[in-house]
Amino acid sequence: MTEPSAKPGVQDGLAFERPLNDLQTKIAELRKLNSGSHLELAGEIELLEDRLRRQTAEVYAQLSPWERVNVARHADRPLTSDYVQMMLDDFVELHGDRVFGEDRAIVTGLACMDGVRFLLVGHRKGKTVKDRLACNFGCAHPEGYRKAMQKMRLAEKMKLPIVTFINTPGAYPGIGAEERGQASAIARNILEIFELKVPVICIVIGEGGSGGALGIGVGDRVGMLENSYYSVISPEGCAAILWKSGDKAPEAADALKLTSKDLLRLGLVDKVIEEPLGGAHRDAKGAVERVKQQILEWVRELAAVPVPELLAQRYRKFRSMGTPISG
Amino acid sequence: MAWTRFGKKKDMPGGLWIKCESCGAMLFRKEFEQRNRVCGTCGYHFTLPARDRIAITADAGSFEEMWINLQAQDLLSFNDRVPYGEKLVQTRLKTGEHDAMVTGTCTVKGIPCAIGVMNFQFLGGSMGMVVGEKIALLCEMAAEKNLPVILFACSGGARMHEGAVSLMQMAKTCGALTKLNQKGVVSISVMTHPTTGGVTASFASVCDLLIAEPGALIGFAGPRVIATTIKKELPKGFQRSEFLLEKGQIDRIVPRAQMRDELARLLAYATGRDPVAAYKPLPVPVEAEVVAATAAVEAEPEAKPKKKAKQKKDA
Repeated sequence: MTEPSAKPGVQDGLAFERPLNDLQTKIAELRKLNSGSHLELAGEIELLEDRLRRQTAEVYAQLSPWERVNVARHADRPLTSDYVQMMLDDFVELHGDRVFGEDRAIVTGLACMDGVRFLLVGHRKGKTVKDRLACNFGCAHPEGYRKAMQKMRLAEKMKLPIVTFINTPGAYPGIGAEERGQASAIARNILEIFELKVPVICIVIGEGGSGGALGIGVGDRVGMLENSYYSVISPEGCAAILWKSGDKAPEAADALKLTSKDLLRLGLVDKVIEEPLGGAHRDAKGAVERVKQQILEWVRELAAVPVPELLAQRYRKFRSMGTPISG
Repeated sequence: MAWTRFGKKKDMPGGLWIKCESCGAMLFRKEFEQRNRVCGTCGYHFTLPARDRIAITADAGSFEEMWINLQAQDLLSFNDRVPYGEKLVQTRLKTGEHDAMVTGTCTVKGIPCAIGVMNFQFLGGSMGMVVGEKIALLCEMAAEKNLPVILFACSGGARMHEGAVSLMQMAKTCGALTKLNQKGVVSISVMTHPTTGGVTASFASVCDLLIAEPGALIGFAGPRVIATTIKKELPKGFQRSEFLLEKGQIDRIVPRAQMRDELARLLAYATGRDPVAAYKPLPVPVEAEVVAATAAVEAEPEAKPKKKAKQKKDA
């Protein structure tokens, strides 16, 4: 994962990555040549690497919102499962909503990291085709949200802070999901998280897809990875409704102000967690480490806040989002 | 969020007649309005503008509007084909409302309550910062004054033009409902056609009592989105009130004509009053009887449901 992807970026709708990938391939070839012969190529490689760094920084500084959406969806971007694997010292997965079933689109479990214990809740997208199907591509059903709530109540009882990882295109729009109350499951979670007597930390690691994200997205601290997005509707969905054409997704992405910087400016998230140069998919380890440090910092910070104050602050935080003017 | 689909009215030229969206019957507009926009042929419940809803729900003259002047800000400088700011101005002029929610206090058959009604005519009743703020203010006020809350939902969902700000109104409104829970104040959600998206996935689904009008489309995702996702035809009656009742998602289905009585009855239970008395007409002071008699003639459509409800009780 830390090695540059061999896949051409265009496959993921990431045309802007192509020159970077070409350069990476060239460097890799030169390296191979260098080790296998007596040609002195080290200087050349260094030059190219320098160019790659500069070009990557340049390209990533100028990404359009739509391009960032595609980075957030990148196949090599670290997923919740990567964070579990790379960040935690211990993880006890807990299954089931106790009512209907086990939804693999959301993972929940007891976690320990640098001696800090917490409950981890996260959308799960899956790595392989089989995995992705099992996880329904990160689109949870009501049982997923109910599982999350049931485990969060457990965390409250155990006095453990809660950390959620948000990465979903949206809650699943299907017949079964509607039958079992998708809307009410999400609404119930949103309401009940306001009442939880333990700190809640939310990190948007990829896609923050609407209500499906917010269902585990109410927290005392909400952070967003630099190239993640958080939106009321997918750019494709918005384009289909307002522009009457799904092809206008780039325009919709632009209009929706869905990037991490926009959300921070609008006061909807607390912090943008910077990603390693060229995005989390280029350096998963680096990205995971940054997220880890942020979680540890916030856990320590929030542990010092008395519970009544914590709940009051949580309410005030969301209460103050989007204040109308008195005309 | 698919509110644009519901915006098209099949009005006939001249406006004397209106075509039923459900059965296609031609309805004489005057009669249709007298029935409070319910089709006389098939019983289909059309959306009802917020003011009309308050008029048939609250006791005459009891409604006191609050936070009238709250207006949305275009924080995103959103522009699809018309800039959002401009769209707001146009819609305000067209509807005479500042946004998609009317809030205040009133009495229903003499029982004081806080009431919030969504206005579908204003950008599909979409929830943005004004709707969210008004619900939050209403719940906070009701918690403080110990008033039960009635919220009429009628919305395509969150307002896309306010981006993630509108998404966060889901959190704001749900958070505000916890204030009622802390004080033991009861909330009633009435879902009317249509209630979808972020409104269903927030305050409308987590009130203490969930009521729906017959045949209302209620769901998280819009039927078109679901049909394209699963690439299958949707079952008949899917996401309608009756379907939701069958699946255990709502408490009751109440026709518009009986809504006022039913709400009064529930409010009576919620506030320690006599639910049987809630059926009876308001006690009228002797000296006001003459005035009331003239008022009763004018309020003809309201008189019918009362009779019906009485019969039901007797049976």
